[in-house]
Amino acid sequence: MASGGFKPKEVAYQAAALAAVLAVVWFFVSNTVANLDARRIASGFGFLQREAGFEIGEKFFLTYGAADTYARALVVGVLNTLGVAIIGIVLATGLGAAVGLSRLSPNFMLRSAAAAYVEFFRNVPLLVQLFFWYALITEGLPGPREALSPLPGVFLSNRGILLPSLEGAPRLEGFNFVGGTAITPEFAALLAGLSVYTAAFIAEIVRAGVLAIERGQWDAAQAMGLTRGESLHFIIVPQALRVVIPPLASQYLNLTKNSSLAVAIGYPDLVSIANTTLNQTGQAIEGIAIIMGVYLTISLSISAFMNWYNARIAFRR
Amino acid sequence: MKWIRENLFSGWLSGAATLLILFLLWRSLPPFVDWAFLDAVWRPDSKACRASEGACWGFIADKHRFILFGTYPYDEHWRPAVSSFLLVGLWIWSCFRRNWNRLLIPVWLGGLTVIGVLMWGGVFGLRYVENERWGGLILTLLLSTFGVAIAFPLSILLALARRSKMPVIHWLAVAYIELIRGVPLISLLFMASVLLPLFLPEGVTIDKLLRAQIAMILFAAAYLAEVVRGGLQAIDHEQYDAAAAIGLGYWGQMGYIILPQALRIAVPPLVNTIVAFFKDTSLVLIIGLFDLLSTIKVSLNEPAWSGFGVEAYVFASLIYFIFCYAMSAYSKSLERPVAERAAARAADAA
Repeated sequence: MASGGFKPKEVAYQAAALAAVLAVVWFFVSNTVANLDARRIASGFGFLQREAGFEIGEKFFLTYGAADTYARALVVGVLNTLGVAIIGIVLATGLGAAVGLSRLSPNFMLRSAAAAYVEFFRNVPLLVQLFFWYALITEGLPGPREALSPLPGVFLSNRGILLPSLEGAPRLEGFNFVGGTAITPEFAALLAGLSVYTAAFIAEIVRAGVLAIERGQWDAAQAMGLTRGESLHFIIVPQALRVVIPPLASQYLNLTKNSSLAVAIGYPDLVSIANTTLNQTGQAIEGIAIIMGVYLTISLSISAFMNWYNARIAFRR
Repeated sequence: MKWIRENLFSGWLSGAATLLILFLLWRSLPPFVDWAFLDAVWRPDSKACRASEGACWGFIADKHRFILFGTYPYDEHWRPAVSSFLLVGLWIWSCFRRNWNRLLIPVWLGGLTVIGVLMWGGVFGLRYVENERWGGLILTLLLSTFGVAIAFPLSILLALARRSKMPVIHWLAVAYIELIRGVPLISLLFMASVLLPLFLPEGVTIDKLLRAQIAMILFAAAYLAEVVRGGLQAIDHEQYDAAAAIGLGYWGQMGYIILPQALRIAVPPLVNTIVAFFKDTSLVLIIGLFDLLSTIKVSLNEPAWSGFGVEAYVFASLIYFIFCYAMSAYSKSLERPVAERAAARAADAA
């Protein structure tokens, strides 16, 4: 758009809008500088190199101890966020696809069960569901000594879920388990909440995607002698994917952003660690800027990837 | 018999699914009924609860006043109760298409004034209650009502700005909308509770409730703006041309021709966004406001009732579910006539 082609009125509007935004920003910045001066808070990211002094219960890939820096603690937080988000996305997609396809099943029982699932989990706040899962694990499950063992080597107790690892199966010693891989109640509750909640939305997307395919495609598939399952796999799903990808991407983004609710049940995600950091150091602006920066980066990367993927699978004529 | 064959046993896979679901129901339903009803304790007696195998609904029976009204003075609980009914009544009244007219705004203003008088008091012999003491259901309802009421006009401006041909206006709107939608609501709430006091001049303070409300409004505006933009995009280009041809200015074109049509199309997705927003108000718990979820969680801190979280959150789910399901069902019922009318129009045109 050539800027030479504007009417004077339009130039005036735009200048006014820009001036108004700049004035508000200047107002906030100048107040903040004055307030920080008054409270003797030094701004800047220097605090990141200081010793954090708090432990983190859970970490993916990275080692971390209380003697490490705030910077490392925050990186652990980012990895924890990504870890729970990625596993959650995989589980939610699988569950959501299963529920969504079930809603289209000719079987009445399956159809109604799937509809009830979607209506219930979509209409209850995620935070309530997280608290529910967390209460169910920590209050509903028995202690380690009476742990439920649905499969050999797998134990469910109010201390979390234990799975066999490469070093061997978990076994009970005294009052707690040793060995195996432990999934803490916080992680389990967050993962269950995020995947069950998001799956309800993904189910609707999958259903809409399949319904968007014309009836004729089903008939044609049937005429070729394909069974229902084969038609789904070879004819319907590949076409439905094109309809499904954009809303699916936004659900993945939602799941990632929703993982920030971890702070409410004590899973050490980015928000929770940044919150601890800003409470300890008083560097509120920097802490919140880090949270927002990281989420914006994740959001923009996922949408960039999805745009690329969308372009790749679009019809080529 | 035919129905059973077609809907339950149309093939071996379908038959297997039916049997599997029946088996799961048979295994899970009786223990659930035992837990939720037969073995449940309904009396507000925590000793009996701890002795029983079943659910402890006595917790709800004991704490329902606190859960619904928070720390509002006990003798004055009728005031938030009446306000809640009034607010829900206003929402229901606004749901009917025949009420979508000029009367809507004065009715809402009147209703909100009555609610304000009831909640704050200080006039007509009502005791003054500062809003730090408001809590429970009414707080959730007020946060969502004012959030939507103020965010909605903002969102229309944002959507129009985003579709503007003026680059500065367009990019400011894009930046705002994408920034808000790219970060979690929690970070905005933290910003409102921790940073907003820093942003304001020395000595100016805004109370916590209002700060959270501001964050919720800014958040809702970005999401609603995208829905409104969807409605604007659905309007045929001829409508814009025709509006311009009558000789209306920009605001006249938008206000009389484009927006009335665009908003009508956008009502079902708008209601869905409002449902999402209603659920999101529960996040104010994290910055320490006493909304419905928060009062439930705080009730569990009482030693007598600690450990009954499952019952508490089942109860919370039910309350939220009733509100959200009603709104979703309403949005679905709106979609049907819109689709039918569109079909009728298409038939006329053909």
